[in-house]
Amino acid sequence: MPIKIALPKGSLLAETTAILERAGWGLSDYREGARSYRLSSQRFPNLGAKMFHEKDIPIQVAVGNYDLGICGLDWVEELLVKYPSSALVKVRDLGYDQGALYMAAARSDGVANVGELATKWDIIRIASEYPNLAELFAAHARLRRFSIYPLWGAAEAYPPESADLALLPMKTGGEILNHGLVPISKVLDFSAWLIVNRYSLKAKDMAEILSSITDNLPPAEKNPSSLEGMKMPEVTGLPFVREVPDDVVRLALPDGHQQAHVRRILDQAGIHIDDYPSAVGNRRPTSSLDGVLIKVIRPQDMPLQVANGNFDLAITGRDWLTEHQYQFPSSPVAELLDLKYGRVRIVAVISQDALVDDIDGLRGLSNESQVPYRVASEYINIADKYARSNHLGMYRVIPTWGASEAFLPEDADLLIENTETGRTIARHNLKIIDTLFTSTACLIGSTISVASSVKGERISSLLKMLGDAVEAI
Amino acid sequence: MKGSVMRVKRCKGFRDLAPEEMSKFRQIEIAFRDCCLRWGYREVRTPTLEYLYLFTATGTLTPGRLNRVYSFLDWDGWSGERVVLRPDGTIPVARLYIDSMAEQGLAKLFYVTNVFAFEETGQESREGWQGGAELIGVNSAIADVELLALALDVLQSLGLEDIKVRLSHAGLVRAILAELELGPGEQMRIFDQLLDGDTEVLSRLKPDKPELVEALTVLLGMKGKPSGFLKNVKALFSQKLPELESPLDNFIAITDLVQALGYDCQIDLASGKGFEYYTGVIFHLFIGEENIGGGGRYDALISLMGEKDTPAAGFALYLDRLMKLVKPEASAEPMPKRILVRVAPEVMKEGFSIASHLREVGYVTELALGGEEAASYDFILEVQSKPPRFVLSDKVGGKKSRVESIAGVLDLLGCG
Repeated sequence: MPIKIALPKGSLLAETTAILERAGWGLSDYREGARSYRLSSQRFPNLGAKMFHEKDIPIQVAVGNYDLGICGLDWVEELLVKYPSSALVKVRDLGYDQGALYMAAARSDGVANVGELATKWDIIRIASEYPNLAELFAAHARLRRFSIYPLWGAAEAYPPESADLALLPMKTGGEILNHGLVPISKVLDFSAWLIVNRYSLKAKDMAEILSSITDNLPPAEKNPSSLEGMKMPEVTGLPFVREVPDDVVRLALPDGHQQAHVRRILDQAGIHIDDYPSAVGNRRPTSSLDGVLIKVIRPQDMPLQVANGNFDLAITGRDWLTEHQYQFPSSPVAELLDLKYGRVRIVAVISQDALVDDIDGLRGLSNESQVPYRVASEYINIADKYARSNHLGMYRVIPTWGASEAFLPEDADLLIENTETGRTIARHNLKIIDTLFTSTACLIGSTISVASSVKGERISSLLKMLGDAVEAI
Repeated sequence: MKGSVMRVKRCKGFRDLAPEEMSKFRQIEIAFRDCCLRWGYREVRTPTLEYLYLFTATGTLTPGRLNRVYSFLDWDGWSGERVVLRPDGTIPVARLYIDSMAEQGLAKLFYVTNVFAFEETGQESREGWQGGAELIGVNSAIADVELLALALDVLQSLGLEDIKVRLSHAGLVRAILAELELGPGEQMRIFDQLLDGDTEVLSRLKPDKPELVEALTVLLGMKGKPSGFLKNVKALFSQKLPELESPLDNFIAITDLVQALGYDCQIDLASGKGFEYYTGVIFHLFIGEENIGGGGRYDALISLMGEKDTPAAGFALYLDRLMKLVKPEASAEPMPKRILVRVAPEVMKEGFSIASHLREVGYVTELALGGEEAASYDFILEVQSKPPRFVLSDKVGGKKSRVESIAGVLDLLGCG
């Protein structure tokens, strides 16, 4: 019986490679930037391996696409606290890549402990890539009222203005201090773990593979994950304040690959901005704009952050705005200006080998399927709406974190994906059967702020500056 | 859809009620409603969906329960405000009271509602039905005992026997835990575990004052008839631990009245499960091993929700569990007679018309659609286009009568 394992990319890769080399797996091309995500083993010919973003691995093992997986316990627990009856079983602490998840508050807020928060009547806003663990924390801390902001990243940039707390992973202890945060409660110790699908564990003989891993673990390290004993370096010069004056416009700029484009538009508009893109991860650049406060966050997170009033304006993609609007139709967020770069098509993609060529054919396939039809996407609400509106049969949306094209055909049946040229899709032996819409970068804004008497004027003059710059480029 | 093989299944952890089960459910619901109305309680209904913070704000539900609620972001969820499928019957009623009734002071309310809680295996139902009553705005032993008596009245009217009452007192348990002088975090953790039904938690304690712990854990672990027992406890402890005196006196007043009314009850202080927001007496109702209901006093709940201090108490009966115990109704009233009406196609209008008349005079009247079991009807009426227009067959007497008008049919049936 073939056995499948999901292996991590990213920070766990080096140590995982070392174990599997000691175990003599003879894996083909298990390295960052490998051309193929599918790997085979010389020692175990019936073993198939695939590389995933670490965050995808618990889901892939839980749904049964993979028998085994290696990933951080943080992502395993994030899934298990929400879905305790899932088929995911933790079998072995592999001991490396240790860290801990901490609930952190802004140092300037002076929150000393969790008990203090439980007495508050205000909404406690918690930003995190780990929304389920954040919710568990809120229940255990008996917070009276809380909002969880699920994030794609950059949670450390949120307190104090955009959130009261951030739930953050720390591996060295230094990560949060640079952002003016202070840990108030440890939520979870984590390290790399071996996980197994419950049914595979019962039905498949994986003994040789399992022991080859457990026999070759690195020597147990002393667990350094407790930061309580660690001396915190004193951090100064980070005067982040919670209260922003009412007439100040709060603008979110994207991190990642969009930064060069944004910088070009700002330059063209004659707006001077310091340290953006930042080589040192500064998320609060200053600019020549009077009465505008800038923060750098993930573009995926912007629509929700504009909707909940943390920002007035943000630069993101229409794809992420649409994703948000499909989830929350009454959200007070609107597109204000097309920035005309970053053009992609949002497409429906299936395997080249599938016998159908359009959505009608796909509907037939999905309705005849004996097992749930798997729709994988980074855009879960767009994917869900597409599947729903096209009357697909018993379908399930599987969230992914990047490199979705590697999911077809074995781990998903349909992808909703963005593409610039279509070349990556063709290279993975896939075909596009439908184009949902075209997305470019855009300036989005809160409809409440735009209509506001104190901010409206400042917003419209900024809009004009940027609009003229886009036309001039 | 051609070639469709999609099999539509019932959602895991949820159940259907087929006609026989539904009729039993209604029998219980009607008994519950009738009793509550006779005791002067008025019916209310609250929404299925509430904001999650309604249940987190009071800080009373344990993390263990909050982790099992069905909460999610709805279409308005962009602010991060989660909504929840009602996990509890009492808290929404307290909210309703604050919303629209707080001015009136005393309120006697009841409801029949479903509550939702995730259960991992899917073997137990994740949707439960409760009939509950809340008595808001008064704090007295009489009020507490009235609720117990009302609950027992409902059960007796359903013909249930051998109902066991177990009594505890949240105020007393809290006072005892406070005496153990645990750290605040530890005290809360132990309290949560007691609330989640872990009665062994005390035996695992290793605190600083072992001799006191021993005495108190013995007290918490005691079960027995109330007469004498509570008074003995008071005599033993109240001098040494004066904080216990007030909850003990309250508990004694209630148990004295319960016994005077002749109810069969037992003290079981550690029967903590489900007393999350309770502050005073708690009662659990059992038939055999089945816990069929419970309630108690929750004086702090309304003030924890931000309203002025308002005493309150209530109970709920678990209707799903009662369905397993209640025998189908041996109906006191005669069942209405059933008539099957077979209508010739040309006179369909007359068919509907006579059926409507028959229903008005109290007959269960069905138009023949094909597939009916003729033997299960008391009468069969043929409606024809030519005379005789109406032919009535009496299934019991085997007699056939022929008449020409609706009035004639009604005459034959003795209700002209």
